Amino acid sequence: MAEMIEIEILRYRPEEDQEPWWQSYQVPYSKELSVLGALGYIKDNLDSTISYRWSCRMAICGSCGMMVNNIPKLSCKTFLRDYYPNKIRLEPLANFPIERDLIVDMSDFVAKLEKIKPYIEPKEPRTLEQGEYIQTPKELAQYKQFSMCINCGLCYAACPQYALNPKFTGPAALALLQRYNLDNRDNGNKDRMKVLNEDEGVWGCTFVGYCSEVCPKGVDPAAAIQLGKVASSKDYMIAMLKPEE
Amino acid sequence: MNNSQSKRKPYVRDVKKDWWLKNRFYSFYMLREFTCVFAAIYVVILLWGLLRLSQGQVAFEGWLNALHSPVAIVFHILALIAMLYHAKTWFALAPKATRLFKGEELFPEKPIVLSQYIALAVVFMVVLAIFII
Ligand code: SF4
Ligand code: FES
Repeated sequence: MAEMIEIEILRYRPEEDQEPWWQSYQVPYSKELSVLGALGYIKDNLDSTISYRWSCRMAICGSCGMMVNNIPKLSCKTFLRDYYPNKIRLEPLANFPIERDLIVDMSDFVAKLEKIKPYIEPKEPRTLEQGEYIQTPKELAQYKQFSMCINCGLCYAACPQYALNPKFTGPAALALLQRYNLDNRDNGNKDRMKVLNEDEGVWGCTFVGYCSEVCPKGVDPAAAIQLGKVASSKDYMIAMLKPEE
Repeated sequence: MNNSQSKRKPYVRDVKKDWWLKNRFYSFYMLREFTCVFAAIYVVILLWGLLRLSQGQVAFEGWLNALHSPVAIVFHILALIAMLYHAKTWFALAPKATRLFKGEELFPEKPIVLSQYIALAVVFMVVLAIFII
């Protein structure tokens, strides 16, 4: 008989359940199988009613995030071999409302991404004939790391500040804000500074730092937020020196 | 869109009081935040010393004597440990708040962190030298 591994899943079916409950499954173990693969096995062979999100299966779409033994992870990038022979507990991403089983409601996250104006507001508008906005590799390097985000939401699940105050703009959105502010083609700095300066902006962060720890893409949102704090402090000083504005 | 048939009923999990005990990362974070209690008490002691100093030599020496009590010494040792721990976390933060570039490459974090320890050691030596001279 094949070796088995136990997988516990937090179930929540809004039409029947008042609150989430644990259900356990036995899955044949193989060292190549990812947690997402195991979920596929369960769905195909054991229980077709479980719900979870996935798309790319290669850690770029950001949809398969969930809590694996209490740590936010991309389930396609997490392998059974790192847990075997112990059991694995899967829960929907922390700090988000549970929509159904392993699926969370991310609308608040998306609203926050939108709020920071995640697009380039050009310094001087160019016509098509004038060609593209030129940028040197060095200028790209300034923000590239912060542009690698796949919007998986793991950093929000890792952030206790977001848990305690859902109004906090949060790691990924603040990293994205830096991504555009640090882009030399952009001129939207002023608008974004308002969001950044708020209590719910960078100052909502007490530097727990776990967001950067769990980020599967090395975005280092904690660093982006600390840079934001420096920028916000400068902004404050400058405003003090010329109060008439 | 008509949502009247929707079965949606998002379940919000509440944050338990002991959330920071569930994960080592959070526990160490809380420990760092807790070091501020020592800093606050230490400031009060210093301010109190300043007050006594303004009241004359006898008062100031009374304050100095009080600092020699076992409780005061234990407190200062604990405060020192707390502050060293806090400094360690603070130093670790510096590369994140500065982000130096070497051309297109991000400058590695280690030398930045290390340079702060060196700076601290230098300041420590200077202060020590001043007291000895
Ligand atoms: S910053 Fe990292 S953890 Fe946060 S959403 Fe982006 S990729 Fe995911
Ligand atoms: S399925 Fe796309 S990131 Fe995991």
